[in-house]
Amino acid sequence: MIKKNLTNAEKGWERGVIASKIANDLPHASYVNLGIGMPELVSQHIKDDREIIYHSENGLLGMGPTPNENEIDFDLINAGKKPVTILPGGSFCHHADSFSMIRGGHIDYCVLGAMEVSMNGDLANWSTGKGIPAVGGAMDLVAGAKNIFVMTQHLTKEGKPKLVEKCTLPLTGSGVVSRVYTDYAIIDITKEGFKIVEINENLSIEYLQTVTEGRVYQ
Amino acid sequence: MQINKIKTEIAEMLSDVFDGATIMVGGFGEAGSPIELLHGLIDHGAKDLTIIANNSGNGRVGLGALIGQKQVKKVICSFARSAKGITFQELYNKGEIELEVVPQGTLAERIRAAGSGIPAFYTATAVGTPLAIGKEEKIFNGKKYILEEALNADFALVKADLSDRYGNLTFNKTARNFNPIMCMAAKQSLIQVRKLIEPHQTNPENVITPGIFVKKIIEIDNPIIETNAIEEGMIYP
Repeated sequence: MIKKNLTNAEKGWERGVIASKIANDLPHASYVNLGIGMPELVSQHIKDDREIIYHSENGLLGMGPTPNENEIDFDLINAGKKPVTILPGGSFCHHADSFSMIRGGHIDYCVLGAMEVSMNGDLANWSTGKGIPAVGGAMDLVAGAKNIFVMTQHLTKEGKPKLVEKCTLPLTGSGVVSRVYTDYAIIDITKEGFKIVEINENLSIEYLQTVTEGRVYQ
Repeated sequence: MQINKIKTEIAEMLSDVFDGATIMVGGFGEAGSPIELLHGLIDHGAKDLTIIANNSGNGRVGLGALIGQKQVKKVICSFARSAKGITFQELYNKGEIELEVVPQGTLAERIRAAGSGIPAFYTATAVGTPLAIGKEEKIFNGKKYILEEALNADFALVKADLSDRYGNLTFNKTARNFNPIMCMAAKQSLIQVRKLIEPHQTNPENVITPGIFVKKIIEIDNPIIETNAIEEGMIYP
């Protein structure tokens, strides 16, 4: 079943479309942490009707966009160690305070990538089980932020489902994910399984079920 | 006689460091990384060190250089992978260096706890993951937590922006990161600062690390910038 889909997987939403759907679901005045990589796109799709404050684990609240080449300051970086800026109203703090914002439940939304998400909201996104183990702040974010959104492609590069009955990779957190945004659908984690909030206009529920391990329902 | 923690030689800063010491190294990536003190530690030659830091060094500069000199037996950090990392990765793949992986917030809190006289604490971070294996679990208000112990150190090597002779420190932007809590957790915190100022120039409202947490200070007014040093092919020593 999975192999078949590898060769003729449907084309889903572009990454920018997924990002804009997440951006629409972040309420005005939210404190948000965007994971490194694809989730960073979300900040480019926030509409003018709201103000969002971005947190970076390395002690920066009120993070702004990437600086121009001539404004790069190696003392002003984000959690991905890339140069960033600070917006008016922003602040710096030390690492324990920064992670108190996370672990103390003060961050409203965190958007992270995923290797696997299970039906009960387990997330695996830090280790393939190979190479040097490196976790960074991922386990703190999923344990502490109020809402964990996952932004990911529905299938792996090999065409395997990322939404699974049970994760096979090392967990980042257990029962932590509330909603998953993929190129195929927006899915809530519920006790009954993967609940479809929105499905890509070009796909059927039947197709979505074939590329999802575990029950999907509407 | 006046209190004066200012030193003029890096060797003087590191004079008490011994083989087998546990040393915290401040910085997040290169921001706040005390490269000159790390190079001083290479010149000092102490061996069998345990390093507590967020990362494991880049290139053959600073922490990357110290690890490359085989002076480090163990690294306790949250993220030992990096595009520019060489030395830790080489030794790890040969089984010649130990690694303890700690979630970044747990790492910060373990350091903060050590500096505050808290021997251990419960946290929800890492519950249900491989990093919780072997740790005591306890349920509070229906939620599961694991016990994490404080991380103490003999020394902390830290880069700050400004200091007076008392060691009242301020930092620059996100170069603050782990530096203030490491100053609190180590028996001796050894600080390189960009600029020394007079005590009357210190604004007490702006002090981030009060001098009680600081042992020795040295001015390094034009510190090495790691990215540039690696691009220029710098190898230390």
